Amino acid sequence: MSGTPMREVARRMFATEFNDMTYVFKESDEEMAPNYGLMPTGGRANRVFFVGTLTEKEDIGDDAEYWRGRVVDPTGTFFVYAGQYQPEAAAVLRDLEPPEYVAVAGKPGTYETDDGTVNVSVRPESISVVDANTRDRWVAEAAERTVERLRAFNDDTNEYAEMARERYDAGVGAYRREVISALESLDDEPTEPEAAP
Amino acid sequence: MSDADLRAHAEEIQEQFSDHLDVDVEDVQHRLEQLVDEYKVPVDEARRSVTNHYLDEAGLERDEMRTGNDELALEDVDEPEEWIDITAKVVELWEPRADAIGQVGLLGDDTGTIKFTAWAKSDLPELEEGTVYRLGNVVTDEYEGQFSVKLNRTTTVTELDEELEVGDDSVEIEGAMVDVQSGSGLIKRCPEKDCTRVLENGRCSEHGGVDGEFDLRIKAVIDDGREVHDVIFDREATEELTGMTMDEAIEMAQDALDTTVVADEMRSKVLGWYYRVRGPTFRRYVLADEAKRLDGPVDTEETLIKARSI
Repeated sequence: MSGTPMREVARRMFATEFNDMTYVFKESDEEMAPNYGLMPTGGRANRVFFVGTLTEKEDIGDDAEYWRGRVVDPTGTFFVYAGQYQPEAAAVLRDLEPPEYVAVAGKPGTYETDDGTVNVSVRPESISVVDANTRDRWVAEAAERTVERLRAFNDDTNEYAEMARERYDAGVGAYRREVISALESLDDEPTEPEAAP
Repeated sequence: MSDADLRAHAEEIQEQFSDHLDVDVEDVQHRLEQLVDEYKVPVDEARRSVTNHYLDEAGLERDEMRTGNDELALEDVDEPEEWIDITAKVVELWEPRADAIGQVGLLGDDTGTIKFTAWAKSDLPELEEGTVYRLGNVVTDEYEGQFSVKLNRTTTVTELDEELEVGDDSVEIEGAMVDVQSGSGLIKRCPEKDCTRVLENGRCSEHGGVDGEFDLRIKAVIDDGREVHDVIFDREATEELTGMTMDEAIEMAQDALDTTVVADEMRSKVLGWYYRVRGPTFRRYVLADEAKRLDGPVDTEETLIKARSI
């Protein structure tokens, strides 16, 4: 159907891949055309969803409050920034006491530091408190979606894989290893708290 | 396109007109050949054009012709203005709201249901609830993404002596609740008869300032990383999802002198969790009949095997 544009899917990827997603592009020249991050495993992301452990939060704003949160998954850390334009997410970060399991939906963004490094971060649309099983479910889901992208990576018709090969040098082997170790880490930990002795 | 193929099309066209017009099959074939071979017109379009020519000649409207329709399952109705045949049970008859409408209601087959309308002037036999009919030459229609069929005066109605199990068109989706949209929470609806519009700032877009009636709902987005689904939870489903009753919601809003606190509270309870939702679809929405929070442990064995085998 025409009319309202389709809402963008919230992509699932582990922190390592997210932080490597340094190339941003548009699909059209129109002024309001959405930005996409080019996923190293082949795909485009205008929105992401992840669940992890909020380990630290800090108000790094000068005048107005500007919160930075670190959300950790089995592979690395997502950096979440929320200020006056994300009032609900900022309010949640203000009130939370780490550590806590959180679910975050948001938009990927990049910025270049003085030394030329490109950092990737998240502008949250929402942050909410969830539990350990939900975090594990997300890890399993992110692994599944990553495996799907890796399996399609060498398809002839995969234009985003083609772009990823052009833009990124590292290859996808590391992401496959991350998937396996992330899944293995779920087996190591009990999902139900042990009864007190 | 071979001559034999065009011949077959020509014969079909001649057959359609056999009751109305003495059509020479050679003449039909010649017209088709000219369009297809000389003017490179696709054969479907050529056929349509030639058929129109004979309709003109016979002084007929297209809908007066019994052309060889496709017999469609109801779930396959996805184009407006198509002439089709269907076999379906009358699931429900509704009260017609206009004099021009003879009968209106819901038809069903084993693939799903669809609305039907029969015009009063079409002078068709009355359909009865619970009876299965073969309906020849009905025309499809679309309004805001919902399809329906219209019975008209060329429609043939044949009562069939058979049972038909009407399938539900429910879908089951699974994913994380990534958004709870505005218009969720404690809302007020217009109390006018048959008007259930949601009030904005105490006003109904149809009936102006009214004393609204409270209702609860959640308009949510459920996303599995591949597909996005808009889901509506009605009052009952919302109460079950959030564990908050309408009375509690009203009390909470009265204490805060503000209804938005209800939506905020609901948001904090459901956002970021995984759900499996089942229900029928309406336009782009899934209407949640059942919703289950997926908070048990997950099985990762299969994914692990796949990952290792890449």
